[in-house]
Amino acid sequence: MTTHYLILSGLLFAIGAMGVLIRRNAIVVFMCVELMLNACNLAFVTFSRQVGNLEGQIIAFFVMVVAAAEVVVGLAIIVTIFRTRRSASVDDANLLKY
Amino acid sequence: MESQLAEIVQHTGGVIGNAWLMIAFPLVGAFILLVFNRFTNRWGHLLGVAMSLASFVVAVLAFVELLGFGEEERRRAVHLYEFIPGMVDMGLLIDPLSISFALLITGVGSLIHIYSIGYMAHDEHRRRFFSYLNLFVAAMLLLVLADNYVGLFIGWEGVGLASYLLIGFWQFKPSAATAAKKAFVVNRVGDFGLLVGMFVIWTTFGTLTFKGLGEQIAPGTENGTMLAIGLLLLLGACGKSAQLPLQSWLLDAMEGPTPVSALIHAATMVTAGVYLVVRSGAFFFPEGSGAALAVAIVGAATLLAGAIIGCAKDDIKKGLAGSTMSQIGYMMLGAGLGPAGYAFAIGHLITHGFFKADMFLGAGSVMHGMNDEVDMRKYGALRKVMPVTFVTFFIGYLAIIGFPLLSGYFTKDGIIETAVHHQPILGWLAVLGAGITGFYMSRMVFMTFFGEKRWADDVHPHESPLVMTVPLMILSLGSIFLGGYLILSNRLLDWLTPAVGAPAVRPEFHFTSVPGLATLALVAVGAIIAWIKYGRVPVPAVQPRGSFLTTFARRDLYGDALNESLFMRPGQWLTRLAVFFDNRGIDGVVNGLAAGIGGSSGRLRRIQTGFARTYALSILIGAALLTGALLFVGNI
Repeated sequence: MTTHYLILSGLLFAIGAMGVLIRRNAIVVFMCVELMLNACNLAFVTFSRQVGNLEGQIIAFFVMVVAAAEVVVGLAIIVTIFRTRRSASVDDANLLKY
Repeated sequence: MESQLAEIVQHTGGVIGNAWLMIAFPLVGAFILLVFNRFTNRWGHLLGVAMSLASFVVAVLAFVELLGFGEEERRRAVHLYEFIPGMVDMGLLIDPLSISFALLITGVGSLIHIYSIGYMAHDEHRRRFFSYLNLFVAAMLLLVLADNYVGLFIGWEGVGLASYLLIGFWQFKPSAATAAKKAFVVNRVGDFGLLVGMFVIWTTFGTLTFKGLGEQIAPGTENGTMLAIGLLLLLGACGKSAQLPLQSWLLDAMEGPTPVSALIHAATMVTAGVYLVVRSGAFFFPEGSGAALAVAIVGAATLLAGAIIGCAKDDIKKGLAGSTMSQIGYMMLGAGLGPAGYAFAIGHLITHGFFKADMFLGAGSVMHGMNDEVDMRKYGALRKVMPVTFVTFFIGYLAIIGFPLLSGYFTKDGIIETAVHHQPILGWLAVLGAGITGFYMSRMVFMTFFGEKRWADDVHPHESPLVMTVPLMILSLGSIFLGGYLILSNRLLDWLTPAVGAPAVRPEFHFTSVPGLATLALVAVGAIIAWIKYGRVPVPAVQPRGSFLTTFARRDLYGDALNESLFMRPGQWLTRLAVFFDNRGIDGVVNGLAAGIGGSSGRLRRIQTGFARTYALSILIGAALLTGALLFVGNI
């Protein structure tokens, strides 16, 4: 019954993860992170339905709240980086290393 | 039957009751001179002499008071204070043996103090010198007067300290500093023996007082423990008395000022070993025991070694040092023969104290007039310019070679005859030693006072001032008469009997015994050989090469080489090995570990590339692995 939802969730998560790994543009990476979060939300809601209680849905809400906060902070960082470097590539921001 | 030391009378009051003053006077003198330092520079030497003389006066008074008691009551113990609760109380034992030593130490010591006023007149540290001399006398008095081994040991260590300070008195000379250290270290070896001996005494008998031991040990007891104690004490005695195999410090100790050599060799220090053996004789060196035989053998070996060394030395002080070794060897030989030999050993010790101090101070007087030159090849014909020194030195010389009717004749002959009677082989070795003594002492006298002058033109030998020559005269008087007085009609023997026990057979002095005549003949031969080689023909000013025997003697019988190869080199190897192990082994492990961690973490940090996507990949892989692992575990 709910298997399709889970498969969809898995696919979305995989797409998001691949996007994070292979894309350089910080905005795209950021959107891929959102995609992964929402894939998780879908899985939570599905399991909530499967098990028959509301905990999964509550957690999904929490995730949304966190994601919203994260968007605020993350976008601010990205914009600041872009302003200083004229680039939104995550590979260019590599000064913090050994 | 108990040893005679069991019956010690407790004594209070009188001079003997205050015998601690004997130790206190010089100790206070040393204290004042050291603490008030420069402020005492002007009169410090006088205070030193006064303190030593005061001590001598107390000793004489105590001696007179002791004479007032009957023979069996001449062992007086004076309790001073509780020292180590439950173990030992500090007390003094005033008996004929200790008072004889005290008289010698303070008497000859005072003369040496007086002499030093003149000898050290031009030394800017004369005050410090006198404080050390006082300390030396105080320590030696504590050594001989204490009524237990702990007090004796404290004095023993004090003597070691004072000798270290005095031998290294001119510490700006590297050789003096080294000699002082050598004396200290070699003495530590002997101290180790004495200390361990005391430990064994304590665990075996539970007491360290002479009285307590006298009550517990029946005379003549002999077993393994006693033998061990005896040998350990002998090791201690060897260290202090410069007997084989711990003799090496004595010759180097000549680096100190000459009065120090006189004090070490005549009145204090080297006599401590003889005192220890005689004092412990009733307990641990009973007549005929293995320990006593060891003492006699050590003594005989040393008297020959010292005499041989004395033959080849061109340094007048080193020659005398060799002769001290030799004469202390005689005393040890006598002390190893039981009560029969004690009186002669102590008698020889006393007369030797006089004639050796006489000769050392005489040598000092010669050096004083010769710009501190010690090489006898640069002396010659000094008898005309230093008549007093020559006469006194010559008397000392006659006494030491055993010229008939002088002090050394009676005491040395006594030892030789007793030794020939008890231990024939050692006895005849002693006769041979006496012959060698005749040679090397004659050589010394011929090279110094006879022949033609060999000193440089800018040296102006002169007689020393009265403050130096008067002690010489007093000492030479003792060198003439003391021996005969002590030995004839057994005066010293009877006097010492309450303290050390009576011999089985009462010795009689024979003027014409076989060993005695043989000794005289050999001494004459030795003196004649010396005359042929050093008196009749001019002495070369430069030391000839000499045969291998001469080299052997010049190098102190290779004693230093032996010590170096047996102890010093292996010790150095050991330290080098330890250093190597420390550097390469222990440090290697620690440093290697640190380097390993540093290196590997240096490689490991390269993983932090700064590329966020790389981190994301590693997180993903980690999460996947973790999930896989959880699934795998969950399936089991």
